Amino acid sequence: MAPAKARVPAVEGWFTLDAKAPQLLGTRCKACGTYFFPKETSFCRNPRCAGTEFEEVPLSTRGKLWSFTDNRYQPPLPYRAGDPFVPYAVAAVELEREKMVVLGQVAGGVGCDQLHAGQQMELVLGTLYEDDANEYVMWKWRPL
Amino acid sequence: MSKDVAVLGVGMHPWGKWGRNFVEYGVHAARAALADAGVAWTDVQFVAGGDTMRNGYPGYVAGASIAQALGWNGAQVASTYGACATGAQAIDVARARILAGLCDVALVVGADTTPKGFFAPVGGERKTDPDWQRFHLLGATNPIYFGLYARRRMEIYGASPRDFAQVKVKNSRHGFANPNARYKKLYTIEEVMESPIVSDPLRLLDICATSDGGAAVVLTSMEFARKRATKPVRVAAVSTVTPRYPNTVIEMPNFATDSAVGVQVPDVPFRDSIARAAYEQAGIGPEDVSLAEVYDLSTALELDWYENIGLCKPGDAEKLLRDGVTTLGGKQPVNASGGLGCFGEAIPAQAISQLCELTWQLRGQAGERQVAGASVGVAVNQGLFGHGSAVLAVV
Repeated sequence: MAPAKARVPAVEGWFTLDAKAPQLLGTRCKACGTYFFPKETSFCRNPRCAGTEFEEVPLSTRGKLWSFTDNRYQPPLPYRAGDPFVPYAVAAVELEREKMVVLGQVAGGVGCDQLHAGQQMELVLGTLYEDDANEYVMWKWRPL
Repeated sequence: MSKDVAVLGVGMHPWGKWGRNFVEYGVHAARAALADAGVAWTDVQFVAGGDTMRNGYPGYVAGASIAQALGWNGAQVASTYGACATGAQAIDVARARILAGLCDVALVVGADTTPKGFFAPVGGERKTDPDWQRFHLLGATNPIYFGLYARRRMEIYGASPRDFAQVKVKNSRHGFANPNARYKKLYTIEEVMESPIVSDPLRLLDICATSDGGAAVVLTSMEFARKRATKPVRVAAVSTVTPRYPNTVIEMPNFATDSAVGVQVPDVPFRDSIARAAYEQAGIGPEDVSLAEVYDLSTALELDWYENIGLCKPGDAEKLLRDGVTTLGGKQPVNASGGLGCFGEAIPAQAISQLCELTWQLRGQAGERQVAGASVGVAVNQGLFGHGSAVLAVV
């Protein structure tokens, strides 16, 4: 049996790898309180804020489905599709506290026919792709 | 001081999948526009070229590439890029130079040669580029974003895939007799709804293709134009607005919207602000519009634009479509050219081709797709997440 592959994030520092309760990692401007995801760490993007200091903050792990769609065809590189390609849904989820919408693939083979705007979604981890050494993990959304 | 410039000449290279060098389409369109204007290339004082990102270095200096192919004439030049708003930006640069009195005669030209299939990020592993990241981490193609907007219309306004198909049917009729259109086929609702789903709820025939093509306009000062034409079409306004923070609509190629914590959401959302800025510049309202050319990357997105440019209230676009208001013969036809549905996207040429169509319409030269008595035309689109693009033409 081949040794277990290492689970590594598909992108470094955007989310925690806590399998049971993963969280997206954003930043918050210390001057005006605005949230950023992916992280903003240099200059605040609020046009009336001169802030340059940010704290890293975990984002809400649940939110309301804003809209959704799917990929029926294999996206081009640099997407690393499995063979054969398995279609998957993509969700746009509204986080109440942060007042922002965050995209993510929908986990577990849940298709558009099982989704509707307004429903509660939660953040989970899932495999994005694998190579010989690693399993690359990504955040995904799953209906509650 | 008048803020008008004249559109003295327009020209296009037909859209298709010709597979030749983009410069050739640009030169073809430029020569056609110069002939239409009755202006010699050697009399052009300024060239604004719309850049293409998919044709190597000549594409990044498109103004010079096309000027070189036309034969160096010593004109001043600019090459500009703003994704799908590239053409409007090139038009605006030329317009500003004319209004500033820096030149009288400008050629604006854009052309593209596109690869087949989904647009992919340009080559190389660029791990901090959001455009690379969205493909790598989400597989978020452009139709993914179009699909999100389309589904949102269905969920909040009760739009149906049948409405989306109706947009395609309408535009296929409009573009059927357009000599510059790529797709000249009359579609039925059933044919659209039987085409394969790409990104639910959008089907292959709901989504615009990528095309080769070229478009050019000759812009001049009103004084120059009056010596050559009795009633030239005028550009009365150009809008290249950016969003106001926070933009709470998810935009290509982003992973998330701005946060509305701490800053109040602006009264006018970005897409509504694009045409509005042009209306305000010209002192014209949406009720004055005789026809509109809008960026129908998807059929559903055309419906969004009806609301964004003020043809109706949010949620009423389907009714406007069903009532025939936006069909040729209706009160405010949209995409009389056939739109992207009949053309496909040739990015740097697209906004310029919209102005070509408005000009033919306002001159009464649009043949079978003529909008009767057209006097005010608006063209609108958006370059990715931050480039607004609207042009108002009047006669």
